[in-house]
Amino acid sequence: MSDTHSNTAAYVRDTMIPQKAPPTGQVGAVRWLTENLFSGPVNTILTLLGVAAVYFLFVHLGPWFQNSIWNANSLAECREILDGASGACWGVIKDRWHQLLFGFYPQYTDPAIISALTGVDLATAKGWGDASVEAEKGFGVVFRYWRPSLTFILMVAALVPVLFDAIPRKALWFSAAFPFLAFWLLWGGSIWFPVFAMMGFAVGYIAFIALQRISSLAATVGAVLAPVIWWFFLAEPIGDAVASAIPISLVPIQSHDFGGFMISIIIGVTGIALSLPIGILLALGRQSDMPLVKWICVGFIEFIRGVPLITLLFTASLLLNYFLPPGTNFDIVLRVIIMVTLFAAAYMAEVIRGGFAALPRGQYEAADALGLDYWKSQRLILLPQVLKISIPGIVNTFIGLFKDTTLVVFIGILDPIGLSSAIRADSNWNGIFMELYAFIALCFFIFCFGMSRYSQYLEGKLKTDHH
Amino acid sequence: MNKTVFFGAMTAAVTLVAGAASATVLDEVKARGELNCGVSTGVNGFSAPDSAGEWQGFDVAVCRAVAAAVLGDPKKVKFVTTTGQTRFTALASGEIDMLARNTTWTLSRDADLKFTFAGVNYYDGQGFMINKAMGVSSAKELDGSTVCIQTGTTTELNLADYFKANNMTYEPVPIETNAEAQQQYLAGACDVYTTDASGLAATRATFADPENHALLPEIISKEPLGPLVAHGDDQWADIVRWTMNALVAAEELGITSANIEELSKGTANPEVDRMLGSSEDDLGAMFGLDKQWAKRAIAANGNYGEIFAANIGESTPIGLARGLNALWTQGGLQYSPPFR
Amino acid sequence: MAMTSEPSGSSFRLSMLIYDTRYRSITIQILFLFLFMAGFAWLVDNTLANLAQKGKDINFGFLGSRAGYDINQMLVNYTNDSSHARAWIVGLLNTLVLAVAACASATVIGVIAGVLRLSKSWIVSKIMTVYVEIFRNVPLLLWIIVIFAVLTEITPAPNAFRGENPTSSMFFFDSVAITNRGTYLPGALFDRSLGDINLGIVSVSTNYIVLIALIIASIWGYRALQRKAGVVQEATGVRPVTWWKSALILIAPTLIALLAMGFHLEYPELKGFNFQGGSYLRNSFIAMWLALTLYTGAFIAENVRAGILAISKGQTEAAFALGLRPNRTMNLVILPQALRVIIPPLISQYLNITKNTSLAIAVGYMDLRATLGGITLNQTGRELECMLLLMMTYLIVSLMISGAMNVYNNSVKLKER
Repeated sequence: MSDTHSNTAAYVRDTMIPQKAPPTGQVGAVRWLTENLFSGPVNTILTLLGVAAVYFLFVHLGPWFQNSIWNANSLAECREILDGASGACWGVIKDRWHQLLFGFYPQYTDPAIISALTGVDLATAKGWGDASVEAEKGFGVVFRYWRPSLTFILMVAALVPVLFDAIPRKALWFSAAFPFLAFWLLWGGSIWFPVFAMMGFAVGYIAFIALQRISSLAATVGAVLAPVIWWFFLAEPIGDAVASAIPISLVPIQSHDFGGFMISIIIGVTGIALSLPIGILLALGRQSDMPLVKWICVGFIEFIRGVPLITLLFTASLLLNYFLPPGTNFDIVLRVIIMVTLFAAAYMAEVIRGGFAALPRGQYEAADALGLDYWKSQRLILLPQVLKISIPGIVNTFIGLFKDTTLVVFIGILDPIGLSSAIRADSNWNGIFMELYAFIALCFFIFCFGMSRYSQYLEGKLKTDHH
Repeated sequence: MNKTVFFGAMTAAVTLVAGAASATVLDEVKARGELNCGVSTGVNGFSAPDSAGEWQGFDVAVCRAVAAAVLGDPKKVKFVTTTGQTRFTALASGEIDMLARNTTWTLSRDADLKFTFAGVNYYDGQGFMINKAMGVSSAKELDGSTVCIQTGTTTELNLADYFKANNMTYEPVPIETNAEAQQQYLAGACDVYTTDASGLAATRATFADPENHALLPEIISKEPLGPLVAHGDDQWADIVRWTMNALVAAEELGITSANIEELSKGTANPEVDRMLGSSEDDLGAMFGLDKQWAKRAIAANGNYGEIFAANIGESTPIGLARGLNALWTQGGLQYSPPFR
Repeated sequence: MAMTSEPSGSSFRLSMLIYDTRYRSITIQILFLFLFMAGFAWLVDNTLANLAQKGKDINFGFLGSRAGYDINQMLVNYTNDSSHARAWIVGLLNTLVLAVAACASATVIGVIAGVLRLSKSWIVSKIMTVYVEIFRNVPLLLWIIVIFAVLTEITPAPNAFRGENPTSSMFFFDSVAITNRGTYLPGALFDRSLGDINLGIVSVSTNYIVLIALIIASIWGYRALQRKAGVVQEATGVRPVTWWKSALILIAPTLIALLAMGFHLEYPELKGFNFQGGSYLRNSFIAMWLALTLYTGAFIAENVRAGILAISKGQTEAAFALGLRPNRTMNLVILPQALRVIIPPLISQYLNITKNTSLAIAVGYMDLRATLGGITLNQTGRELECMLLLMMTYLIVSLMISGAMNVYNNSVKLKER
């Protein structure tokens, strides 16, 4: 065959010709440009518009950032340095950032310990504004505010096992204990109060196990009653006795001193954590085949979802005292947390309902086929799966709630936005605004963007499970 | 985890609720060891936190004086920030023991909202501030202007009444906080800024170019500003009222934070002795305080004149003259009933 | 607990209320209802006790009394002599106008941003990603305040238009003035008014009603014409030329009516302190509108993107195989299908916009929250009544929006057989 071929063909190439370089339009930057930026008339126009927009922003904001001033103690000083030019006066952030983060939370100022930790001798310093304190302001603030800082670090540590599967499940015990620890660290007082509050759950669990032999109904009733008896009648006398024997306590601090991002995080995290069980119950109620239960749950959810959060916050601030027995009066932060919890619970219920809807029908049938009763099938089969697929939705609800905590400024709580106007009421910083807003926006962005990335990561992970 | 959070907070809630009120305000404050005082979220010179988080200002000083009289320590005050909208509910619900938040004394607030005004610590009136370049010299020339007002205050009603009475029209720009109103005004988004004249002066003091802004001569309302307490506890109202009176009387009698220790050893003036608790009379016992209450109140921030000078007086950036707030002996309205 | 009727067959025992599944749900429901009612009664009882203690009552009589304050933006007549009830309506209308405007523009922005995020142009898709992420992850309240502050700072004061050498000038042949108080636009005026129709609380100019009726009639006529052309095309294969008829039907009646009623534009003019005449969009409104549009637009963009990505790639490939160009593919094949995925989250975004208008007080826009829930509440001290009315109003508006949108959603839903 090869013979005939070689005879009939006039010319056969027996060596490969060297590869030619691809046309210039198909390589490197040019190809990337033509494919990604100028692939057609519409795209070209869009690209040019985009470049123009970026250029416009750069020209207008560039000088402002370039002329940033960090070392100034008042707006007047900034203006003097800038001498008419446009420039950002970040001195306000340097002066007040601890307030924007922690509000008026008392600072820990034991000179010996602070100087040991930061190397700044506070014994000779006179307070904020003193040169040596200025030097310590940076990292030292973490120590001055060690209680909220430590709580925040612990919060991250407690969240990790909840959010990531890879962490050993035993770590969840720490997550469960964290709320009590956080309460003690932030509000202070005797450590025995949160410890004995936590022991109530152990008491409930023991009662449940002990009574289960008699009947499941008795066990349920016992599991509810025993902790209540513990909390209301036993915990206080025993706690007092132990506290006087082994006094471990932190300086008590009232929630009114809380402010800044700290209060946003406290309201947001507590609201979402408390709303989860209520949301689950509401979602179960909404799915229930008992019409009365169903309609009351639907009514509650739709009511909360139909009114703006701000009206609920006003209710917390103006009306909640009307609804409680005369003479009852408690902390505005707690009242806000109650209303925020109810608000978030309605949204949470919808997220969980979505989770139930996404669960394959077979899971329900399998649970029934095993002969499990309603609560057992919920607890052992359905809820664990529903909660898992609901986590992205829960995180998104949390992001929304966290952003909405800024509305507390309307009822006089000094969140970051509220503090920005309090700071502007100081003669030194009167008239400054963009720098404060930029700082607040940046902090919110870092938090929310991080969380939304996590939720996207989780969504992606859950998706691959199905395919 | 979430269940534990839930019940944990519930116990916390129950414990906090347990501190419910039944006794008099004085007993409560003493038991608590702290005075809850409502202030604004920030008005330059009247109440604003400094960079160390300490509250400073003219209204704040009243809270501190009361705390000194009742608890013996001017630092034992919890400052509760209130907005124009939440202040009255906070007071009515007992969340705060007293409100010192430049609040105007009016009949309806007294009778309908059921508060007792303990006196007037600043006689004010609503004025207008305008850029001199506008060439306006009287509020009567403001027909058709755009006016910035702080919402949630009596100023809105006064403004409406004033323009109506003078047959003029205006465009109101309601603003939530003083800081934002100032920004709007400076940018020229409104021609005029109206609020209490003291507030205008305080705001103008912080401008880069205060000399270019004028306060118009018309004062269109009476705004007697003072601390207030809820109806129903006359003893507490008396304590706040007489603490204020003590500050004014101290200025009248020449008692200052500098010489108070000296004077409390005994003077030739029996009224000074009665006030400072160095005579036989025990005035404090009449409303459940000790003999030294007034001495401590005055020692906290000095007398009325000293407080005025330190926070809003002519030597401060705010630079308010005493005017109506001078002592009655100097042609003003500040007058204390006798300590007897 | 004597039993009046016994279930047939077996005798009824009390324990069956707990252990028999037939009766257990009734027991639970009765218990639940009892707890609910008890809780509710407890709240009401506390409220009454508290009111009695404070010497207050529940009385809506304040709604009829004189409001005493002024509102800058009003769609119905209102003066400070009007009642609080009227201030409530003015606020409600302001809320609704803002909500409707923001819903419309947020949808447009959201769809554009969502589609452009999938654009092939690298820089455009990156810009859109940055836009969506920045707006989604910063609180709305902050955006409202920032946009208002920026508007105030970068636009000129009316003063800048004054004098021999004004530093600013009006746009479009002196018809539009953008100031830091707001934007002044030419206003429509009719020489020959046909009178007003009084609808109880609102009176509407008959001229506008006539115009709207004419426009609706024209559109109906145009569609009838198109239908007829379609029938002819079906029958003969040739589509009759309709463009000039369409144009005539669409434009002529409205134009004639405008001329007949003596329509002309009124231009804003700088008189005294402010521009006078024409129509006026206040900066507070513009700031709220922009903030709500951009913020919600970012969320809608995400919904749109998710909707488009949910349509399987086969659809695009099939459309390409039919020879459709990319933008026709998007308009004719992808978007109509994606719509079904997009609409349910869109409904909740519309509800969010409506609820978020309540932040308007931050920039002094006089919405429902600022009138009824703000100044009225503050001046009358009737917090219980005002908050009740406020919540009910928002609730009714929300329910109406979600009801209307659900009807629409059902109409476009895929009809499964």
